[in-house]
Amino acid sequence: MAWTRQVLRVNLTEGTCIPEPLNMDWANQYLGQRGLATRYLFEEIDPACDALGADNKMIMATGPLTGTMASTGGRYSVITKSPLTGAIACSNSGGFFGAELKNAGWDMIIFEGKSPAPVYLSIENDQARLVSADDLWGKSCWETDEILHARHQDPQMRIAVVGRSAEQGCLYSSVINDMHRAAGRSGVGTVMASKNLKAVTVRGTMGVGNILDPARFMETVAAGKKVLAENAVTGEGLPALGTQVLMNVINEVGAMPTRNMQEVQFEGAHKISGEAMLEPRESDGKPNLTRNGGCFACTIACGRISTIDREHFSVKEKPQYWGNSGGLEYEAAWALGSDTGIDDLDALTYVNFICNEDGMDPISFGATVAAAMELFEVGAINTSHTDGVELKFGNAQALCWAVEQSATGTGFGADLNLGSKRLCEKYGRPELSMTVKGQEFPAYDPRGIQGMGLTYATSNRGACHLRSYTVSSEILGVPEKTDPLESDGKAGLVKAFQDATAAVDSAGLCVFTTFAWTLDDIAPQIDAACDGDWSPERLVEVGERIWQLERDFNLKAGMTGADDTLPDRLLKDAAKSGPAKGKVCELDNMLPEYYQLRGWTADGQLTAETRSKFGLPS
Amino acid sequence: MQITFKLYATLQHLLPPEARDNAVVIEVPEDVTLHEVIERFNVKRKDAHLVLINGRYFGAADRDAKGLLVDGDVLAVWPPVAGG
Repeated sequence: MAWTRQVLRVNLTEGTCIPEPLNMDWANQYLGQRGLATRYLFEEIDPACDALGADNKMIMATGPLTGTMASTGGRYSVITKSPLTGAIACSNSGGFFGAELKNAGWDMIIFEGKSPAPVYLSIENDQARLVSADDLWGKSCWETDEILHARHQDPQMRIAVVGRSAEQGCLYSSVINDMHRAAGRSGVGTVMASKNLKAVTVRGTMGVGNILDPARFMETVAAGKKVLAENAVTGEGLPALGTQVLMNVINEVGAMPTRNMQEVQFEGAHKISGEAMLEPRESDGKPNLTRNGGCFACTIACGRISTIDREHFSVKEKPQYWGNSGGLEYEAAWALGSDTGIDDLDALTYVNFICNEDGMDPISFGATVAAAMELFEVGAINTSHTDGVELKFGNAQALCWAVEQSATGTGFGADLNLGSKRLCEKYGRPELSMTVKGQEFPAYDPRGIQGMGLTYATSNRGACHLRSYTVSSEILGVPEKTDPLESDGKAGLVKAFQDATAAVDSAGLCVFTTFAWTLDDIAPQIDAACDGDWSPERLVEVGERIWQLERDFNLKAGMTGADDTLPDRLLKDAAKSGPAKGKVCELDNMLPEYYQLRGWTADGQLTAETRSKFGLPS
Repeated sequence: MQITFKLYATLQHLLPPEARDNAVVIEVPEDVTLHEVIERFNVKRKDAHLVLINGRYFGAADRDAKGLLVDGDVLAVWPPVAGG
């Protein structure tokens, strides 16, 4: 129970939408969402396939608690092979789309093949059909959302959509749902567009009435909500300042990647921080932040809803951007701000709006612009490439120009849409790309937070903070404080975070709950909702099984232990300031122990014993 | 001696009006403890979760020790925070 036990298989080549039963053996081993969809993908595609070919598949998957009253139970993920990394991609999103899909009666949608012409998938409960999207191709996410809502005359309908960047082949395009929530990373939107699939519309009115023990479930859900409400982070800090509360923290501890990770502290950090978003502007007396916002069933509500100063150069002639929309999260603010050396809060907010409007991952976009700025400053590119624009660190006008180019794949935007790795290779300076497995770094410099170096190097989807957020322990002291400058002991910490996170990502819950919840809070909710005995220990086992399967996918895709590394800048160039001054990331001290803890060989391959222990498919 | 005191997030309202960018320069005795500085701004001990001197963390066991601060240091304090 809790699963609807129904999968919708959409063959885009044939134009068919066929229901099939969920594989419950796999659900018992992989739970749902991230884990279960990875099991399906592993079974159904060759991991070595072309990510943008018809042979790749894309799965939109919910977890067993998606659509229920469990706090944050509104998540869904997009699982596919990434065109950016060539590795497994799994991008998780909030908003309301996932819960609506579950309420329509579906655990997941598997998209296969490629449509001969643009289409969108329309779902109304058990009715699913493909509809021509000829008139939607070439429209932004926001335009498409508006047109489809008007066409279906249903304001409650939820929409996931790709923008013009994905149509143009931008390798880090997102799937945008509910206007400004995103399955953001690894180019999952690019895969969707490669299949000529513009959007998925969902209306579900059937409810999630298949809870195993409703009375016990409500008790466990209420207990969980009480923990979140009484916790200072989830009950106060995140609603008030959002993730942007981290801007000043991470800068103070000297782990703020700055100017393409050349430095670890940004002098303008305060101007683009969560605190700055609350300060009234001089021009109109209003702050950047209008209010916080919550996703389906969320009792934290960390989301930012913002406005831009109407007199700001970015929007002065563009009244369509004068209203409220999704504001800066820490990751976007860092990538668009300190990594490019820009401290103009309104400019960053505008660029973030455009990333939502046309579906670009603001982390990868910002980090790619940062790489381009360094290429410009070292002379590898010049104004002949940039249409006369001085693409230098700190140039806010250049950043706004770049996002408009990137959104439509115009001019130098086509180069930016390659991502940092391919861009730096193209212009002969591959060492300037700050990526792992081809994916750009998030907002924590591993010279100042050692565990994050191992996190990045071993993340199954390339550089990513959401696979094991050891920042929580190393900097924020949750659940307990460890020394961020010490690499000893971090292998076990990273593994523990990786396994627990994989389980949370597979349940339908938001990983932000884990600032207050442990698996002891989560397991009773799953156990009350789902068939079978779901203990914290079983969730850890499921989490590790998922990690091993993702790893196996990547190995079969052609990756090796040699891909578990970091750019030389982080391994050889010492931090220039702050507590980490003089330190590099000590990956060599952590990686061998990590392989051992994982049950892998010294070169990162799964052993027969490990395969057998977790019952991995051959 | 003089130090810079910084207070952030849901504690920032406890800073005096002359604070800029969440920071204020204050005069403190040389043997002052971290708790004495923090409590001068009416920050409750349980709310002072992250306590950093020049970016380095000092746990509860150190906060009553004298002599940790020297002239020109930056003492920054946050309540429990997280993000990602």
